[in-house]
Amino acid sequence: MIPSANSVSRLDVERIREDFPILRQKVRGKPLVFLDSAATSQKPQVVIDALNNYYQTENANIHRGVYYLSEIATNAYEGTRLKVKETINANSIKEIVFVRGTTEGINLVASSYGRKNVKEGDEIVISAMEHHSNIVPWQMLCEETGAKLRIIPINDEGELLVDEFEKLLNKKTKLVAVVHTSNSLGTINPVKRLVDIAHDRNVPVLVDGAQALPHGKIDVKKLGCDFFVFSSHKVFGPTGVGVLYAKEAILEKMAPYQGGGDMIKSVTFEKTLYNDLPYRFEAGTPNIAGVIGLSKALDYVAGIGYEKIAAYEKELLNYATAALSTIKPLRIIGTAKEKAAVISFVLEGIHPHDVGTILDRDGIAIRTGHHCTQPVMARFNVPATSRASFAFYNTKAETDLLVKGLHNVINLFRG
Amino acid sequence: MDELRELYQQVILDHNKNPKNFGKLETANRTAEGYNPLCGDRIDLYMQVEDGIIKDISFEGAGCAISKASSSVMTTVLKGKSTAEAEQLFKKFQKLITSEPGAEPDLKEIGKLVIFCGVREFPLRVKCAGLAWHTMVAALKNESATVSTE
Repeated sequence: MIPSANSVSRLDVERIREDFPILRQKVRGKPLVFLDSAATSQKPQVVIDALNNYYQTENANIHRGVYYLSEIATNAYEGTRLKVKETINANSIKEIVFVRGTTEGINLVASSYGRKNVKEGDEIVISAMEHHSNIVPWQMLCEETGAKLRIIPINDEGELLVDEFEKLLNKKTKLVAVVHTSNSLGTINPVKRLVDIAHDRNVPVLVDGAQALPHGKIDVKKLGCDFFVFSSHKVFGPTGVGVLYAKEAILEKMAPYQGGGDMIKSVTFEKTLYNDLPYRFEAGTPNIAGVIGLSKALDYVAGIGYEKIAAYEKELLNYATAALSTIKPLRIIGTAKEKAAVISFVLEGIHPHDVGTILDRDGIAIRTGHHCTQPVMARFNVPATSRASFAFYNTKAETDLLVKGLHNVINLFRG
Repeated sequence: MDELRELYQQVILDHNKNPKNFGKLETANRTAEGYNPLCGDRIDLYMQVEDGIIKDISFEGAGCAISKASSSVMTTVLKGKSTAEAEQLFKKFQKLITSEPGAEPDLKEIGKLVIFCGVREFPLRVKCAGLAWHTMVAALKNESATVSTE
């Protein structure tokens, strides 16, 4: 039988949920409703198996041994580099550096690229919706160099003001560092447009892609950005692994970030020759198992299909937005036109922390607090928000449970 | 749900909604700021201490129901007490909210603070209940730096 066009394009969420063993468990006697994938995503069985398999049958250090196991481990590790290169459409594997996560990737750029290229009086432009990990490394660099941090403002919907961005750029601007998709507002920024504007003035751009990859396809060539950073654990891979993509010409001129083994060609007490790209930036034994797990995660996501995922999540987002909007004292923070499946909200008169505790007793896991974006909280004049973030394994039924849970919260507080 | 009812008792909800001694105290000679970085709860505590007696006390800030109610109840309990008594109560309160669930609280020891007994079932919320008290102890020592629960 030929399946209809409709059934081909639809994502079979029940089938997908079977791939995630953690989703089968009960929490406090209730089925787990996991709505915190923006903090970290759950892992499919293939990723968990890959970690097990590595330690059970392949464990050896990479790039060193001449024996069988080391060869297998090295191939699996380097195979992931190739997979990442293809996934984000980089030019070469030389442009793919493995790091611990998005945070380390940004720190690497701030520390290596930043120290060399940013001087006193220079300016670095970031946005008002950055995660602390795309604020603090730049602040530290500014403190060290005497450079200044400039902030692109956002409107009440949580959208970047592109005109204001243009005005911020000037001869002193040395770098733009901007988030692709906001973890607390869900906003998807017009990254390509921002990159084009910055490049018109010869300013390089770093894109924090931590929340981008889990929700859709990324093509660094199309975006044109100079740096792109993301974390494995948010794209259904293991924790402790991230990727820094940087254009080869830029990476070539950057000084090493950390010194140690594996990043060198030769060492004498008089002089050390650094290794080629990208190894120059990978000192020490990396998270080999985690990198191999990332490979399986990327395969898994590609197997479902980025378009299918994006379409399904859009449907979930619309459904959840409509359902949450029926709750009277609820206000959604972040209502951008272009949005990922992330909904921040506040309930009038009820602190998010209390919301989180009460929902938890129903087995519902949401994030409450400032989401490492304190300036965003200040911008919207709230101390904290509750945040439900969705992945392709979430269902409309779970959204209904969230709404029911929120009514429980309100009833409890009404006494 | 029973544990939730125990945690969010009516008295706590009332204090959350209409906190007592809320606002800045102009006559304060002991102040401290408390902060819980986990959830962003913040409290400014003001005390007027004379001859070792807490003559007046108030607080400002934003936080969850537990931290706000705890601040409110604390101010009502401590007004008129000696600073030594306040420090004693702090220890008793800490003991209460971190005691084993099921253990019978000593009512004579803690009086109306017993309403926070339910907190011990929620280890992640112990810091919320304790914030005001830690801030009070810091204010008594006149530590000007922000008190953090971390």
